[in-house]
Amino acid sequence: MRYRALTVLGGAVALAACSTGSSGQSVQSASSAAATASKSESAPFPSTYRRYPGAPTALVGATVYDGKGGMIEGGTVLFADGKVVGIGGSDLGIPAGYTRIDGTGKFVTPGIIDIHSHLGNYPSPSVQAHSDGNEATSPMTPQVWAEHSVWPQDPGFSRAMANGGITSLQILPGSANLMGGRSATLKNVPSRTVQGMKFPDAPYGFKMACGENPKRVYGGRGRMPSTRMGNFAVNRQMWLDAKVYADGDRKKRDLAKETLAGVLDGDILVHNHCYRADEMALVMDMAKEAGYRVSTFHHAVEAYKIGDLLKENEVCSAIWADWYGFKMESYDGIPENAALLQKEGACVVIHSDDDMGIQRLNQEAAKAQAAGKRMGIDISDATVISWITLNAAKAMGIDDQTGSLEDGKMADVVLWNGDPLSVYSRPEKVWVDGALLFDANDPKRRPVSDFELGQPGEGDVK
Amino acid sequence: MMKRTLLAASAALAFASSAAAQDMAVTNATVATGDGSAPIENATVVVRGGQVVAAGSGVTVPAGMQTIDGSGRWVTPGIFMPLTDLGLWDVGAVSNSNDSRAGDARFNAALDASTAVNYASQHIAVSRGGGVTRATIALSPSDSIFAGQGAAIDLGADANAVVAPKVFQMVVLGEAGARIAGGTRVAAFAEFANALREAREVQSGRRVAEDSMLGRTDAEALGAVIDGQQKLYVHVERASDILSVLDLKKTYPRLDLVLVSVSEGWMVARQIAASGVPVIADAIDNLPSSFEQLGATQSNVGRMVDAGVKVAIGGLSGGITGPRTAPQFAGNLVSLSKLPRASGLTWGEALATITSIPAEISGFGGKYGVLKPGAAGDVVIWDGDPLEVSSAPVRVFIDGVEQPLDNHQTRLRERYRDLDESQLPKAYDW
Repeated sequence: MRYRALTVLGGAVALAACSTGSSGQSVQSASSAAATASKSESAPFPSTYRRYPGAPTALVGATVYDGKGGMIEGGTVLFADGKVVGIGGSDLGIPAGYTRIDGTGKFVTPGIIDIHSHLGNYPSPSVQAHSDGNEATSPMTPQVWAEHSVWPQDPGFSRAMANGGITSLQILPGSANLMGGRSATLKNVPSRTVQGMKFPDAPYGFKMACGENPKRVYGGRGRMPSTRMGNFAVNRQMWLDAKVYADGDRKKRDLAKETLAGVLDGDILVHNHCYRADEMALVMDMAKEAGYRVSTFHHAVEAYKIGDLLKENEVCSAIWADWYGFKMESYDGIPENAALLQKEGACVVIHSDDDMGIQRLNQEAAKAQAAGKRMGIDISDATVISWITLNAAKAMGIDDQTGSLEDGKMADVVLWNGDPLSVYSRPEKVWVDGALLFDANDPKRRPVSDFELGQPGEGDVK
Repeated sequence: MMKRTLLAASAALAFASSAAAQDMAVTNATVATGDGSAPIENATVVVRGGQVVAAGSGVTVPAGMQTIDGSGRWVTPGIFMPLTDLGLWDVGAVSNSNDSRAGDARFNAALDASTAVNYASQHIAVSRGGGVTRATIALSPSDSIFAGQGAAIDLGADANAVVAPKVFQMVVLGEAGARIAGGTRVAAFAEFANALREAREVQSGRRVAEDSMLGRTDAEALGAVIDGQQKLYVHVERASDILSVLDLKKTYPRLDLVLVSVSEGWMVARQIAASGVPVIADAIDNLPSSFEQLGATQSNVGRMVDAGVKVAIGGLSGGITGPRTAPQFAGNLVSLSKLPRASGLTWGEALATITSIPAEISGFGGKYGVLKPGAAGDVVIWDGDPLEVSSAPVRVFIDGVEQPLDNHQTRLRERYRDLDESQLPKAYDW
């Protein structure tokens, strides 16, 4: 029960599961990195993801949120061959051969995206043998890659799809380390291998962490860093060394430096776990000194104090709706954080960092919206949906492929049985690249992981 | 513009602390009494002398009574959150500020959570702002399978937080108990049996000190448990463990049991119902987080209720899914009723899981968590459907006393309403 969750707070959430940060709204294409080396050298463990078959589909009559701030009442969404091929009103023609699904009274959104998850690297059951999210043996582990820890059989993936409509997610290393390693961006599809989930052509993210966790973990062992100033000193020296490497011929393989060089090149996006406003401001200056950009601050509970700075630096804030108080640096968390950022014109992403929270990002976004409304900040439903779709995609560098319902984008689509910003609504159908992978009305369209076979509740509604 | 709002906020804070119970009526509101029934439109709630005197439609407001127009509003009893940690911590990971675990204590069953309640805790204030008016609190078990004795509290902005001390004892069996007891559930059950034996010996004056593993104080505390005078909350998850706990009644017939958490309760719902033992459950935990939760499903609560088990939602604690998120969890149980093959609750049933039922299980049936004559005047007026994530309380009364809704968070909100520092630093915005 929850007293166990509290323990997790002191331990796992505060340290293990905890978030990372990434930066970057306008993201450079990942292709430039690939150009510098042979494919297998620069991109080992390539994605083997192939979309599953899907029928050309027309969703008609639903309220459609396009993910980029638009809303269409009685809209039509067409997809075929894995791509969105049309979005419009009831006047949009439906080509022959399309399966027509009546969405009257229902809602359509792009597939929901969680920018901060530990599914797979802190999977269920959460036993020590599965604790693969923090290489907490050194504060600097830029050489590790989260994809090497992801267990594709984590039952949490299916819950995220069935209850949260999650179609893409970023799996981050934990926050024990200042530099925690590369993230894995996944399509939320059942697969025998992690390569089969890897989001094609997604740039890598790079997890960094500020504040309490690194200094506690390493300070507690009598080694650097044990203070926030130690955090910065260790980080800055690493960046200076990385620049030397990046400016050289890069011939000697060095996994850590290759990742950092990728960040300096702009090909790998920094996701920086950072709670406090003052620390985020320091990190943005450190990034300028080192010559990289922060894509996103994760868990940025105090982002509302520096919305102007975040906007100016084009850094997203990936935040919870209302988490606070579980650790010192979260003490000033307020439910109006997202709304205040939105008002300031800064980029908002709602994230989970939690295998339960990922199942209701829509509800969390709705809470954040309502908190804003109560203080006089009105934010449209369509904009709020972008917090969990296109904004997340931008911060992860996959917005050219998913995150909104636009012609040519991946047909990652959720049909909700009601307003997705209501507690009473759930996904009815979820498509990934046009393939129907969850259907609340069809027990066979519910993924069951290997782990669950033959166990109590196999195939149960979860 | 900021100054004006802030002044208003501090004024509200100042006067509320000295306020007394006021007689009042809320009219024209959608009233949900918390007893499991559906909400009633255009209804009235009357509170006099700190107690509810009427609630429903066709209620006449006594002449001269102060009336609040509840048009467009919803009215419910205050939320009752069982098994939380309000008042026991300030910052979860700052151990000096956190009284919720007694890992190095020399005592266990004797620990009395009521002795540490900080009525001025920010989390009490934040929860109060979320419509939570009553709770039971307990320590988390850490070095003993016995977590000690829990207390009932109210969340009023006054110094009298403790409603009743020692309302239950808590024991943890299953995986957590096994770890504490020495590595196996077998040891946890042995530990439990020995503790009750020693409690009985102390009661009857037959304690042999050199043959005792439990301190006298702890053994004394368990006396009320074996007599059935104090409820025993038992935390277990796995179906087989639930059955083992129900079997304890064969050995200790007077135990007044409450099952806690029971992720796999649905698998043995019939047996739980037959035992008459109520349940305080997680609302929608649906992951096989451990090998004792393999069957976890969001339909757990609905299926147990369908089988006739009395189920409260509880254990919401800390700053993440704290007590103020109880309505969201209850709302999720309603959403399940629309999903094919899932088991959810009706709206009225869902509200009852966070109001009247936890109050009943905690020993305060008819007094808290319900709007009916004779119940405490714990009344929350909401700006919309209270189980909907977009809704929030606009006024909160406890024992008929209107409560301040401000706290650290609301003050930060007002300070950072804008980022203007052209005249003075933010430190002067208060």
